[in-house]
Amino acid sequence: MTEEIRQIIKDHGRLPIDADTLAANTDLPQAGMTSHASVNVMLALEDHFDIEFPDSMLKPSVFESIASIEAAVSELRSRVALS
Amino acid sequence: MSVSVDRDRAFLDAIDHIAEEHAAPNADAVDREARFPVETIAALRELEGLSAFIPTELGGGGIAFETIAAACFELGRRCGASAMVYAMHQIQVVTIVRHLEDSPWFEDYLRLLVAEQRLIASVTSEIGTGGDMGRSVAAVTPTPEGDYGFEKQAPTVSYGMHADDLFVTLRRSPDSEPGDQVVVLARKEQIALEQTGTWDPLGMRGTCSPGFVVKAAGLGGEQILATPFSRVAAESMVPVSHILWSHLWLGIATDAFDRARAFVRAAAKQKPGETPPTALRLSHLMSELSLLRAEVSSALGEFVELSDEPDRERLSTMACALRFNNLKIAASEQAPKVCQGALGVCGIVGFKNDTPFSVGRHLRDTMSACLMVANERIHQTNASLLLIAKDV
Repeated sequence: MTEEIRQIIKDHGRLPIDADTLAANTDLPQAGMTSHASVNVMLALEDHFDIEFPDSMLKPSVFESIASIEAAVSELRSRVALS
Repeated sequence: MSVSVDRDRAFLDAIDHIAEEHAAPNADAVDREARFPVETIAALRELEGLSAFIPTELGGGGIAFETIAAACFELGRRCGASAMVYAMHQIQVVTIVRHLEDSPWFEDYLRLLVAEQRLIASVTSEIGTGGDMGRSVAAVTPTPEGDYGFEKQAPTVSYGMHADDLFVTLRRSPDSEPGDQVVVLARKEQIALEQTGTWDPLGMRGTCSPGFVVKAAGLGGEQILATPFSRVAAESMVPVSHILWSHLWLGIATDAFDRARAFVRAAAKQKPGETPPTALRLSHLMSELSLLRAEVSSALGEFVELSDEPDRERLSTMACALRFNNLKIAASEQAPKVCQGALGVCGIVGFKNDTPFSVGRHLRDTMSACLMVANERIHQTNASLLLIAKDV
């Protein structure tokens, strides 16, 4: 899943650096992802993984890094699997 | 948040007194001469009003946020510029208090603010960022002396020449991205201000907000707030700004309404037994004012509720950003609308600047509201957030 998230960030994050150089816990805003770009990343994540981020998850800490995004996506997918 | 009802009531009574005795009598001169409201700010210092929100453990007044908001409203009823200076100072104080994180330097600074009643101005806007507070050009820059400095081109710094200290947004370092920002509290003796423009605006003239090149040197690393600005902005600075500003805009609009009502009453007294035609317009105006009041008061309630939660991070959610952005847009559009309605009721005596029913200053002051962080920029942000936010 990490690589799928990385690809989405590459396509939609408009980072000034190469997304391949991002570590799992690199701070994305510090790496130059603007809030506008992060909205596009969220939309792409929802589309790609067929999930919907609830409002409680739409906060900076969830979209801080590849690792935090992966944790959120996993949680949402497990919720879907349970229901 | 502990609220001492008696203490807060006594504070508000004192604010009322300052509004009546210092802000009101000087409001026209402050406006006409575009001069700083020295009388009001001196009286607020005397009251220790500049440190009202600082916790009692640090020597401050321990006054609740709701009471600070009420103070902005009361001052706004008598002098919009005085209220704006007070509100902007409080925004910086509230922000520091909420993001102290046990920093000894900032705790000492707040004790000093209590003792000396130091006035803080903010330097957030910057030339070259397109009006986006979430980006900076200027950066915290290491100096050969081993400390830090910066140089920032600010298109406006409200009461910059009258402030003791400046709260400045900057990139974290010369290598940082524009959105990787921190806030620095620079002391007066560390700053050089070079004014870059004049100050002869339509309204809020007493805020004295020309442009400046702000240069600072000799800053210690401990003067940088530890929390990144993006979080400081979302959890404190943005909602607090919108709440305190909207309270004072409501104050200005309320006084315009009161003047219109006084005008209608005077007309009614001249012809007892008849309801003057302007009374109908006043009734329409009351509906507009009550919409503004409801929006301002509900936003304050929601903010206080969230601030009391252990997880203040909820203020960082998109739903909350939209909520407080909407407060700003709604209040900044509604306040001048009420003032213009009051002008419609009062007619020529409202249009003239020297009658008890003059509302020109009110209208001009509230017309600044839509520019303080331009509404169109906020709409752009909202438009983007609405693509993803669910329950708004």
